[in-house]
Parts: sequence; C-alpha cells; structure tokens
Amino acid sequence: MKKKAIENQFHFPKTPTGVDGLDEITEGGFPKGRPTLICGSAGCGKTLLSMQFLIQGAIEYNEPGVFMSFEESATDLSMNIKSLGFDLEKLKREKKIAVDHVRVERSEIEEAGDYDLEGIFIRLGYAIDTLKAKRVVLDTLEALFSGLNNQAILRAELRRLFQWLKTKGVTALITAEKGEGTLTRQGLEEYVSDCVILLDHRVIEQVSTRRLRIVKYRGSIHGTNEYPFLIDEHGISVLPITSLKLNNKVSSEIVNTGVPGLNEMFSRGGFYKGSTILISGTAGTAKTTLASYFADEQCKKNKRVIYFAFEESPDQLIRNMRSIGLNLQSSIKKGLLQIHSSRPSLNGLELHLLTLRKLIKEFKPDAIVIDPISNLITVGNANEVRSMLIRLIDMLKINNITALFTTLNQQNEQLRPDLAEDSVSSLVDTWITVRDMEGIGERNRGIFIIKARGMGHSNQVREFLITDKGIKLLHVEMGPNGILTGNARKTNALRKKVSQLKIEDEVNRKDREVVRKRKLLEAQIVALKNEFESIEEELQILKATKELEVKLIAE
Amino acid sequence: MVKQKPEWQLKLYIAGQTPKSIQALDNIKKYAEEYLKGKYSIEIIDLLLNPQLAEGDQILAVPTLVRKVPEPIRKIIGNLSNEEKVLVGLNIKSI
Repeated sequence: MKKKAIENQFHFPKTPTGVDGLDEITEGGFPKGRPTLICGSAGCGKTLLSMQFLIQGAIEYNEPGVFMSFEESATDLSMNIKSLGFDLEKLKREKKIAVDHVRVERSEIEEAGDYDLEGIFIRLGYAIDTLKAKRVVLDTLEALFSGLNNQAILRAELRRLFQWLKTKGVTALITAEKGEGTLTRQGLEEYVSDCVILLDHRVIEQVSTRRLRIVKYRGSIHGTNEYPFLIDEHGISVLPITSLKLNNKVSSEIVNTGVPGLNEMFSRGGFYKGSTILISGTAGTAKTTLASYFADEQCKKNKRVIYFAFEESPDQLIRNMRSIGLNLQSSIKKGLLQIHSSRPSLNGLELHLLTLRKLIKEFKPDAIVIDPISNLITVGNANEVRSMLIRLIDMLKINNITALFTTLNQQNEQLRPDLAEDSVSSLVDTWITVRDMEGIGERNRGIFIIKARGMGHSNQVREFLITDKGIKLLHVEMGPNGILTGNARKTNALRKKVSQLKIEDEVNRKDREVVRKRKLLEAQIVALKNEFESIEEELQILKATKELEVKLIAE
Repeated sequence: MVKQKPEWQLKLYIAGQTPKSIQALDNIKKYAEEYLKGKYSIEIIDLLLNPQLAEGDQILAVPTLVRKVPEPIRKIIGNLSNEEKVLVGLNIKSI
C-alpha cells in the first residue's frame, strides 16, 4: 500500500492536447517539453490536429503557440481553420498564436557550398521568444526534403532542431507524411521518438472512418487501441472506447413504459431511468409501435424525447402512429419530441454517433429512441456497430438518458430469433422481445421480457393486440398445452362460455325440479293429511256410535 | 549625395560570424568584384541581431544570398564556394 503511494507520486509531465478525448487516451496529453510526431497519409487530419492543439492551448490553457507551416500559407490556414469555428486572425492579433509560412521552393534556391538551417532556428526561436510560446507545430517538415538537395546536412540539422526544441522547453508537434511500410516517408521517427501518433483514414465498403493510434509514448502509459475520430465543424474529437470507466451514477427512478399491461410485467412498474432498453423482434412485430408508445408516454409527462428513425420519415411515422390513436404531432408542437430521420448509409457509423451526440447535447433529452439499431449494421460490420453502441450507451448513461433501441432479428429456423442479436444484448439493461407466434393458420404477437437488470419481471409470454385505439396486452389464457393465443384463445373462451351456459342451464333445471318435487310433496302431504283426517273422523264416528250403544244398553 | 540605385542588389543573410558566413561573404565579394564591378551593392544582414528579418525573405538556410534586383528574386544557399553554381544561380553567367 505504501509502496503504491510512492509510485503514484510521480506524474509524467504532460501538456493537454485540447482535442476532445485524446487526453484520455494519452493519460493527460502530449509529453511536456518534448517533440511528438504525428504521422499519417494525406488528408487524415494532421494539420487540423496540430492546429487544434495550438488553438485550444492558446484559448483554454493560456499557452501561446507557434505554427510553422511548410506547406500552406498563413492566409490559407486562417481560412481553413475558420470553417472549424476558430478565429485564427484574432488569436494572431492577440499575440497568442504566430503563424510562419516557410516557403521551400526548389526552383528559387540554388545550393552552392556548405550551409545549415540556422534560418529556421532563428525564425522559430524569434517567434517562440516574442510570444513566450509553450507550444510549437512544424507542419510538414518533410517539405524540406523536396526543397533541398543535401540530405546529409538536412538530417543533421533536423536532429539538431529536435534537440534544440527540447532545450527550448516547448511541446512540439511535428507532422509527417506516412511512407510505404514506414511511419514517415523520410524516417523522421528516428529523430522524434518520445511520442508517435499515427492517423489513418480508411474506406471500408464505401464508408470512411478515421482512426488514431498511439504507436509509442516513452515514459507513459497510454491507450493502445485504434480509436476512431471525427472531424466536424468543431474540429477533431476522438472517441475512446475503452478509456471510459463504468462509474456512472445510477438512478432508481422508474419511467413508465407507456404500454398498459407492460408496466405490470416489471416488478417495479417500468424501466429504470437512464437504463438501456432493447426491443428485439422479427419483421412486423410492432417494435416501432412499442417504441412510439414509450416516446409518447415520456412526452405526456413533459419529458423531452429524441426519436431517431432509420427507416421512416417523420411524417410517415406520425401518420402511422395516428392510425393507432397516438398523436405524436402535438408533442412535436410542444417542443418535447424531435424526430430525426436519415438513412443509415447517409454517413459512416462514427458520423452517426457524432450526430447523435450533438443532438443530445443540444436538445438535452430525457429519453431517446433509436429505431432500429440493426440497420446500422448495413454501414459497418457487427464489431464496429458494437463498439459504436458501447460508446453511445456510455454517453447516454453518463447523462442519465433512458434509451430505447429496437432491433430487427433475422427469422431463423435453427436459432431462437430472440437470441440471435448477440451483438448488443449484453450491453442493454432491459431486453424485451416481441415475436410472432404461429400456429393453426395464423400469426399472433407475443411479448416477453428476456432480462431486466435490477428488478424482477414476469416470465410469461403475453399476447398483445394492436387496435385502432392502441396496444392492448391480453390476460394470459392457459390451455392444456400452454398459453393460448389468437383464435385458439377465442375458441377456448367460447368453449368455456358454452360449458358455463350448460351448467347454468342444468342448475336452472334442477331448481325447477326441486320446486316441482316440493309441490308434489306438499300435495301428497295434503292428500295424506286428508286421508288421515277422514280416517280419524271415521274412527270418531265409530267411537261415538259405540258410546251411544253403550249408553242405550245401560238405560 | 544622390546615388543611382545599383543594377545588382544583393543581400547576404548570416547568423553571426561563423566560418561559413565569413567564407560566403569573401566569396561573393570576390565574384561581384570580378563580374559586376561598379554596379552592385551587398547588404549583410545578421539574423542573430535582426531575427525578425528572416521571415520576409523566406530564409531557412544560412548563409543565404538573395538577389533582390534584378527580378526575379533568386536565392543561393551555402558558403558560395562553388563559383560556377553561384554565377549560374545569380544568372550572371548563362549556362
């Protein structure tokens, strides 16, 4: 324990990168006071990354920076950066950033004898000293190689340059073009070896993804994976997959599912707020309907919802839901619901993630619906989709946003359709499956809960109906062979009714019989009584006669 | 004293009195005297003293000889020991 404390006392000095997410991967930033090499092929964002490093440094950390450009002119740079929302000219006026364009034109330069590159040193040194710069970018040094003939001098001077940068105490980024089989075309990695970051721009199945990888980082731990990154109007943001820690706060608040009857299937009466819910099912099993119900219910409670529809346009969704009695339009008017429709193939997965992220940041919803996530697989492979979803879910959880995804299962005879979607199933907290139950010449819809983290749930398959008044979960009807659905349910109900009627009939009949029997009995009683009375009367007459006789004899 | 601007205006950028700088200055003086006598001027700029001047003429190597006039601007880097290259570079002597 004590030993550990001592170890943790040393922190490798680092300079924050200013790039969203990159600090997390590099555990704090680029090595402070040392040069870092950024390499990659053309158009993968090297200049932008280094520019962002400077600008963010100047704005956020009050560290002035010098940008020495060997390719683009200062005005071009300002223009390019302006489209990303940064005002480079303003920073230049405020003496926070200096841009020096070193033009290397072979046609203008004649080499005659021994020389050195002191000119660059002087220019750089002058800029660093005037601004008291802490950050330096050299973009792209390799232009020197095409402008100057004497490689021996050039290499010696570059080595001297990097040493000199270290003594200047500036954190430097050096960009370099990727070579064939080597990190850089001119082998710059030999000179800059403290930290090397590789950028990559790949097109797989017509969809491009940018990735970033830390090749090496002396003296520090760092993320080793390839991390996708995005370039949008706010610059570069890296989306680390593994550096996010699962330490988000959880809520025990319950949100209503919006479907009467479904709430009761969960022991707590709904989903946890901030949890992730997956509704899976084959085609036409009312996944969208369930999702819309959920969205509508949240809006009724004045919660904000974003509905991402990858299959239907907003109008179509609204029309379809109106047919079953859901009025999404009114929630949209109230500003509680946003429906965003786009084809998944519109852009790459990462851009989708970014769009989601941006909308979520802007709208601050309490819940989102993505319908369906399975369509994203058409853009990337299952692994990429999974990694994107992990990041999406992490982001949602941090913001405590309840998320409901739908996914289309492939109808598969061998596999249980509800278990086919293994790519996301372990990521979600609650998993509901809707499925067709086929039999006796008809299809019926059944809904059941596969898992619900943190609460008990019903294990029954419930049949549900979609009527023009909405979704209705039916009560469980048990038959001799299990749960009855559809016509079987109706037949069963009919049979039950018939037998009930029969019993009622029987009872009625018996009642009447009893009444009749009683009447008969009573009649018999009267008859017997009458008979008895007549006998009694006879006896009395007899007795009276006898008495009269005795009396007469006695007289 | 109004002097007409010389036909050849040369600038030599150096960084301190290094051997390379001194060589370069000696060399260019020698060539100029030989080929451009009376119609040239050489301005020596020490970047250690005036580092802000480096950007204007796009100096990256030292020493650099810049031919400002006649146009177009030509640059020759190095200690100018290779006479042939200097003369061709300055366009004093055609190839």
